[in-house]
Amino acid sequence: MTAHAPERPAAGGASPTAPAPGRAPRRRRTGAGGTALTVLTWAIGLAFVSPALWLLLTAFKEENQAATDPPTLLFQPTLDRFSAVLGADFLPYLGNSLTATLVSTLLVLLLGLPAAYALSVDPVKRTQDVLFFFISTKMLPVVAVVVPIYVAAAELSLLDNVWTLVVLYTAMNLPIAVWMLRSFFLEVPVAIVEAARVEGAGLLRILWSVMLPIMAPGIAATALICMIFSWNEFFFAVNLTASQAATAPVFLTGFITSEGLFVAQLSAAAVMASLPIVVVGWIAQRQLVRGLSMGAVK
Amino acid sequence: MSAATAPVRRTAGPGGGPAGRRSARAAERAEGWRRRAPLLPALVFTLAVTQLPFLATVVYSLRSWNLLRPDSQDWVGPANYIAVFTDSQFLGAALNTIAVTASCVVVSMLLGIGLALLLDRKFVGRGVVRTLIITPFLILPVATALLWKHIMLEPVFGLVNFVLSPFGAGDVDWASQYPVLSVVVALVWQWTPFMMLLVLAGLQSQGGDVLEAGQVDGASKWQMFLWITLPHLRRYIELGVLLGSIYVVNTFDTIYMLTQGGPGTASSNLPFYIYQRTFLGFDIGQSAAMGVVVVAGTIVVATLALRLIFRTFMNAQEAK
Repeated sequence: MTAHAPERPAAGGASPTAPAPGRAPRRRRTGAGGTALTVLTWAIGLAFVSPALWLLLTAFKEENQAATDPPTLLFQPTLDRFSAVLGADFLPYLGNSLTATLVSTLLVLLLGLPAAYALSVDPVKRTQDVLFFFISTKMLPVVAVVVPIYVAAAELSLLDNVWTLVVLYTAMNLPIAVWMLRSFFLEVPVAIVEAARVEGAGLLRILWSVMLPIMAPGIAATALICMIFSWNEFFFAVNLTASQAATAPVFLTGFITSEGLFVAQLSAAAVMASLPIVVVGWIAQRQLVRGLSMGAVK
Repeated sequence: MSAATAPVRRTAGPGGGPAGRRSARAAERAEGWRRRAPLLPALVFTLAVTQLPFLATVVYSLRSWNLLRPDSQDWVGPANYIAVFTDSQFLGAALNTIAVTASCVVVSMLLGIGLALLLDRKFVGRGVVRTLIITPFLILPVATALLWKHIMLEPVFGLVNFVLSPFGAGDVDWASQYPVLSVVVALVWQWTPFMMLLVLAGLQSQGGDVLEAGQVDGASKWQMFLWITLPHLRRYIELGVLLGSIYVVNTFDTIYMLTQGGPGTASSNLPFYIYQRTFLGFDIGQSAAMGVVVVAGTIVVATLALRLIFRTFMNAQEAK
């Protein structure tokens, strides 16, 4: 181990002999080694995602082709399973998912944007404590709050009501959004904000006309992250809703212990319930890291 | 009143009269509220929706309250807590929670590092491969659990048994013989992309100059990875482990869909077990006590972890 000791200081990134800062252009690996590595990467990537691809494939099968030994690879694709899922009243579930996701995301932005502003550009005293509080709520296990929420919702006749989910999803995503939006606010040049304030612009005006245009991509990324978490939420959805307000994940619980042939229909339902948010995630993938790390990693 | 203001007048000194002093303090207070105002709606909302229910949980935990016996709300003091700590199923669920969280986070981090290293070079279709690999993280977790239960790990027609059958191991009923392993496999598939994305961001933020210097000094590829890249990645790996743990420890959907905590209670974790006691057993008092115990445990573990995350976050943001 001691043989490597001289190299260790370089790990700190403060190598005095290093050339001008900035990333040196990556050398392109050429030749057989590079091609082999590319093929290997593709193979591993495809193998990793193959369960999802198989799910997609199964959604287009007849039921008797869906569960066979050996598995069926070649078949005449059909859309019948998708129409069967729609025929099983899937659309109201999708509608509830859409309402809960979009409205809660909007509320998160309305509450989170001013809060993030007050924690970055024009910081309150004890900003660190407030930030600490927000992130600590993410560590509060849901099971520690679900009992009173259930009791309260029952007493207020708010069980099986999509607005209950809206409120809970807003609270669930607000801490993430505050942290994430704060990281975007910190990137807005202070001089611009100062100039606007000197000219007498109020908070709303500064937010709306000065910062919003600069932050638009960041706000979009925050919204997309909140949408992913709300759409995929299951615990509150399954425990606080029944027939009226149930969301798409709750629809899928019908497939836990189905009798008979149902795998193809299950796949079609899973594809339809997942597709909207998978597409959103693909679009947001450049910002995904930042959202998932709550702004800590670009 | 005059007695109270007298000392102020004396200490105010020659610079400013009492009126100026008072208005300065009022202005300061007004300035404080002006800064605080945009924060308050979010803060009050979060306090109301997260902290109030927790306080109510603490109150419930001291009563014997079963929804099936609505008139049974007696104060019972620590009885619910004693019941929780002598409940072997609760302890089993706690051990499962630790096992599932630790193995899922470690395995998905190792796989994530491997995939990130493969993706950290230019090659044909790099964007497509990355898009494919992040997909499992985006699929509805409930759908992921059904996919593993009915398509991958199914005993007769499952793909995993089909792939394993040439090796003479194609006859396993995974979800009932190895329920915890089945849950971990589905969770690892779901969380590996998350780790991969974090590590990849770390790799791409690495300065090329340091690697260049290492090459000039004659370090081998393995030495450079061990002594340059890995220390640089440490912050990203820590972050991934901490954030992954926060989310995975609360796993409910995968267990609900894949094993229902079974067979028996073999694969139930704390969220699932408390769910059963609340919504199937209607035992509000005891569920609440379990919730409080879980929070206490989380606080002990998290105090350290949270400080670490916080330091990491602040360093990252202040460095910009």
